[in-house]
Amino acid sequence: MNKLLLHPLAKPVLWLALSAPLASLVWGAFQNTLGANPAEALIRALGDWTLRLLVLTLAITPVRHWTGWHALARFRRNVGVAAFLYATLHWLAYAWLDQGLSLAALWQDVVKRPFILVGTLAWLMLLPLAATSFNSAMKALGGRAWQRLHQLSYAIILLGLLHFFWMRAGKNDFAEVAVYAALVAVLLGWRLKRQRSR
Amino acid sequence: LPATRSAVAGAQVMDKPTAYGDVTSYNNFYEFGTDKADPARNAHTLKPRPWSVTVEGECKRPQTFDLDALLKLAPMEERIYRMRCVEGWSMVIPWVGWSLAELMKKVEPTGNAKYVQFFTLADKAQMPGIRSSVLDWPYTEGLRLDEALHPLTLLAFGLYGEVLPNQNGAPVRLVVPWKYGFKSAKSIVKIRLVEKQPVSSWERAAAQEYGFFSNVNPAVDHPRWSQASERRIGEDGLFAKKRPTLMFNGYEPQVGQLYAGMDLKKFY
Repeated sequence: MNKLLLHPLAKPVLWLALSAPLASLVWGAFQNTLGANPAEALIRALGDWTLRLLVLTLAITPVRHWTGWHALARFRRNVGVAAFLYATLHWLAYAWLDQGLSLAALWQDVVKRPFILVGTLAWLMLLPLAATSFNSAMKALGGRAWQRLHQLSYAIILLGLLHFFWMRAGKNDFAEVAVYAALVAVLLGWRLKRQRSR
Repeated sequence: LPATRSAVAGAQVMDKPTAYGDVTSYNNFYEFGTDKADPARNAHTLKPRPWSVTVEGECKRPQTFDLDALLKLAPMEERIYRMRCVEGWSMVIPWVGWSLAELMKKVEPTGNAKYVQFFTLADKAQMPGIRSSVLDWPYTEGLRLDEALHPLTLLAFGLYGEVLPNQNGAPVRLVVPWKYGFKSAKSIVKIRLVEKQPVSSWERAAAQEYGFFSNVNPAVDHPRWSQASERRIGEDGLFAKKRPTLMFNGYEPQVGQLYAGMDLKKFY
């Protein structure tokens, strides 16, 4: 498995997989197959994929330890960057399609609606992580400081979950939220346990 | 379902009707699932016939109406109403039906009748969504008696000249065009006249978010989003601007007097 993961084509294949949801959404938007409310469908799907990719980023280290596929480590930054890109598209789609790119409307919405505020905060917290995702930035910061900074991702996933929870709370519909919450609990719980046993 | 154009004031809005495909594929009907595509996918298990509606409570002639009797109870009218969902989207739908007031005349409400309560069917065998605990089943809604007697309050049996598709609340549903869509209970099996203000399903689930009246009001926001504007489904594609939401969904000339002197921020 490790050999397969180290194959020179592994990264191009990964990026192809990471961009597939976006490609299918863009295709759907042009073909008008996103349903009766395409703006809503697009915004929600981008949010769903942001959450999935954040969970996937957090899953890489535990999965590495459980399976011994240590070569997975080389994909962690890629998946994280993809999560950031989906988060950015999610926020832009909301700002454009839902708020008409009006700064006044956006400001009012962000301060008025806690779930928008929390989602926006989570996205803002992704910015320093994305900005330091280059080799040069990593070197400049030094491994330890870089690692500490990127532990922000734990707070980000929790804010992302809260954002999703509040969004669904209006409809009393928590089934999907519970699945993500369980995954996050396992992934963060594993880290907590490991830290304690050290 | 043959019908004639309704002459009731406000019953023929000039907006372009939403495409039939959108009206029948984008629905909130939790008895068939919480995703808006679920009802169209799952509602084929609903059996809209045989069907009857029981009217009981504070009235002189409580009785059970068979669907065929209801279809003949009053002349069918076509009414083109705006429909504004509490989630911030809207449609324009040509309904077929008659004023609920016609049914009320038949049962003769007593002096004690102040409110009308509506019950949706709750049958596990026909409705897969009932297994989830999203809401307390059966779904119930309520109106003040004067709201229920308003000529715009419609008991609908069809849309676009056809019998109601299952996902739109077959075989008989309520349509109250100046209130948020969830007030218009679907697939009704029971109507009860009561003295005290009843608690609606969404009010029970989240009273601070969904009030008993739930009149469309751009000035009173939902706690988690603004109600000042809405997205008209099917209008000009992805980049269409939202349109401003109208007081009482544009039916203020017809229904405004029902709420004269009421603090609509308090009674949301």
